Amino acid sequence: MCLLVDKYRPTSLDQLTYHHDLSHLLKITAHSGSFPHMLMYGPSGAGKKTRIFCVLKELFGEGVEKIKIDQRTFVTSSNRKLDANIASSIYHLEVTPSDVGNYDRIVIQELIKDVAQTQQVDLNAKQRFKVIIINEADALGRDAQAALRRTMEKYAKNIRIIFCCNVTSRIIAPIRSRCLLVRVAAPTIEESTQVLRQIATNEKIKISDDVLIRIAGKSEGNLRNAILTFETMIMQQANISKTSEVPSPDWKDHIENIAKSIIKTQSSANIMEIRLVFYELINHCIPAPIILKTLTFALFKHVHDDIKMQITAQASFYDHRLRTGQKVIIHLEAFVIKVMHLILSNNQKS
Amino acid sequence: MKKSTVSKDSEDSQPWTEKYRPKSLEDVSAQEETVAVLRKTVLSQNLPHMLFYGPPGTGKTSTILAIARELYGVENMRLRVKELNASDDRGIDVIRVKVKKFARTVISKNTRGPPYKIIILDEADSMTYDAQAALRRLMEDSSNTTRFCLICNYVTRIIEPIVSRCAQFRFKPLDTSSSKSRLEMICAKEGMICDSQTLDELVRVSNGDLRTAITYLQTANTLFKNEMITLEFVRELAGFIQPDAIEQLIQSAESHSFNKIENTVSQFFLSGYSAVQLLFQIQDQIIYDNTGRFTEIQKAKIAMYIGEIDKYLSEGCDEHLQVLNLIVTISKNISNYETMDFD
Ligand SMILES: Nc1ncnc2c1ncn2[C@@H]1O[C@H](COP(=O)(O)OP(=O)(O)OP(=O)(O)O)[C@@H](O)[C@H]1O
Ligand SMILES: [Mg+2]
Repeated sequence: MCLLVDKYRPTSLDQLTYHHDLSHLLKITAHSGSFPHMLMYGPSGAGKKTRIFCVLKELFGEGVEKIKIDQRTFVTSSNRKLDANIASSIYHLEVTPSDVGNYDRIVIQELIKDVAQTQQVDLNAKQRFKVIIINEADALGRDAQAALRRTMEKYAKNIRIIFCCNVTSRIIAPIRSRCLLVRVAAPTIEESTQVLRQIATNEKIKISDDVLIRIAGKSEGNLRNAILTFETMIMQQANISKTSEVPSPDWKDHIENIAKSIIKTQSSANIMEIRLVFYELINHCIPAPIILKTLTFALFKHVHDDIKMQITAQASFYDHRLRTGQKVIIHLEAFVIKVMHLILSNNQKS
Repeated sequence: MKKSTVSKDSEDSQPWTEKYRPKSLEDVSAQEETVAVLRKTVLSQNLPHMLFYGPPGTGKTSTILAIARELYGVENMRLRVKELNASDDRGIDVIRVKVKKFARTVISKNTRGPPYKIIILDEADSMTYDAQAALRRLMEDSSNTTRFCLICNYVTRIIEPIVSRCAQFRFKPLDTSSSKSRLEMICAKEGMICDSQTLDELVRVSNGDLRTAITYLQTANTLFKNEMITLEFVRELAGFIQPDAIEQLIQSAESHSFNKIENTVSQFFLSGYSAVQLLFQIQDQIIYDNTGRFTEIQKAKIAMYIGEIDKYLSEGCDEHLQVLNLIVTISKNISNYETMDFD
């Protein structure tokens, strides 16, 4: 049995239910005979990968759906061996270079040289080039990016690269200038709700629109999360009523609780309690910057405007400390203490 | 049958940036002083080691290729000129062995052109310091047989001993009118219809980077063929944020309502825009504002905050949190009842 997210993943541009202008534009590009390198960016869960696959299908047809995954070994100049998983069809291949950390340059160059030198196996292929999809391109190191500059021009006949990333800020200007920039905005609540409604109808699930709207709202533009939440709900609750609670991930609940307890008690005993929860979260691989960000927004729900502004300033400051410092727990705790202090001194004032 | 369609296909798919790469020194737009000096050096046939630096898409690679072509002719270029860029392995070992071997070989006197070879080290700013140090020796030892031309964006990433061994040439971002006339030339050759205002916008959003401008032009041509291209579309191509979205952020700051700011910023990020681009545009919008919305001192302070946030972002900070803080700070700064002090 597969997840609903996968079951209802659109596989052609015509099936995509939102950003119709963009789908249209991609279609023209795919049929124009001069398909460019592409940089697709936007928030996570907005449907970038889905769109990329639809474009591939538009370019090559059904064949792109036959995907195999192999583990490839690359050798660095200092004879270190690196393994990376590559998903590919006969028309394209896909890598996530951040899997190999500092050696991303080598992996990408090797792959590109490989592809450039091998002939297209399918003589009737609709395109002469193969596509290389680079996931999480914003995590590509500077070296890897620098190395792509000339390569993208030299092998332009045989290869097209599609970069997929959340933010373009970390993509160097020369790479951006070689690509068609495609921005994929998050779906609106209405658009997400529409998708959920469609799935509910197909699966013959009775669920009130109110709940769907709340699921969509809570997912903050992340359609993948919205569908996953929807599926969790229908698995866990036999009959979902209008007022049923929309579950959020455990870790978010924990952070929500931290926020509440900061508002309630400002004491060193409480700081010790909170520290334990922080450790718990970090041990469950929730990155510290995400903890800080989520906590900040959680705090906003409980304090008045003046303090919100001050909390924002502190969050910005400690976000920076987190990235440049060594031990994240120190900075998370310092942030908590700062916020407690803000609350205390504000209480005294009034 | 199949074959002919395929080959036509590949001709079409050649990027215009390559198709319209300058073929001779005279063909290089703008860069007048640099070209004038280079013209003299080429005439004297006695090239120094050279260092070209400047922002992307300003003609550095094109210029050295044009010079090489003039000196040796297209035929001999292959033997006399070696081009190494960041995608090649250029670690210290490669410099010590391969580059050295090429640099040391003496060439026969009776071919066209001056009696030395040229080694182009493109994108030299991504070479390690060790490799650069190895290069330094090599430049001295082989100056009888070889000239080096290093090309980079950031001259500060090249070690001092190398810089001082080279004649330096700075490539400036292209001025608006040179870029525009180049684009007009391409439009004419490709039979593309593009009105003057759109070209102006293309040039503006590409910030003196001609390659970018040409790439956008080609994309616009693919997508619109003979239809009119809209200004919004040009901005979208360049990843430019629609001015509306920025205006909304500024207005939220002016409203002094935290909830409004929070919502506007969230909406901004759901649209997928980039924070760095935002800084760049909001800076312009505020600094050049002449509606009297901001006092001079407010503008100055805002510019400082933007600088601060830019640093944070370049150190990997969270875009959402940082931009939220920026707008909140701007909001505080432009409220007249509160005097901000900075630290
Ligand atoms: N001064 C110029 N005159 C004419 N065309 C130019 C000029 N500068 C750039 N171009 C156009 O832009 C393309 C890229 O230029 P070029 O490769 O010389 O840039 P570069 O300065 O080497 O950039 P980078 O720093 O990214 O390597 C050229 O193929 C040409 O079409
Ligand atoms: Mg170059």
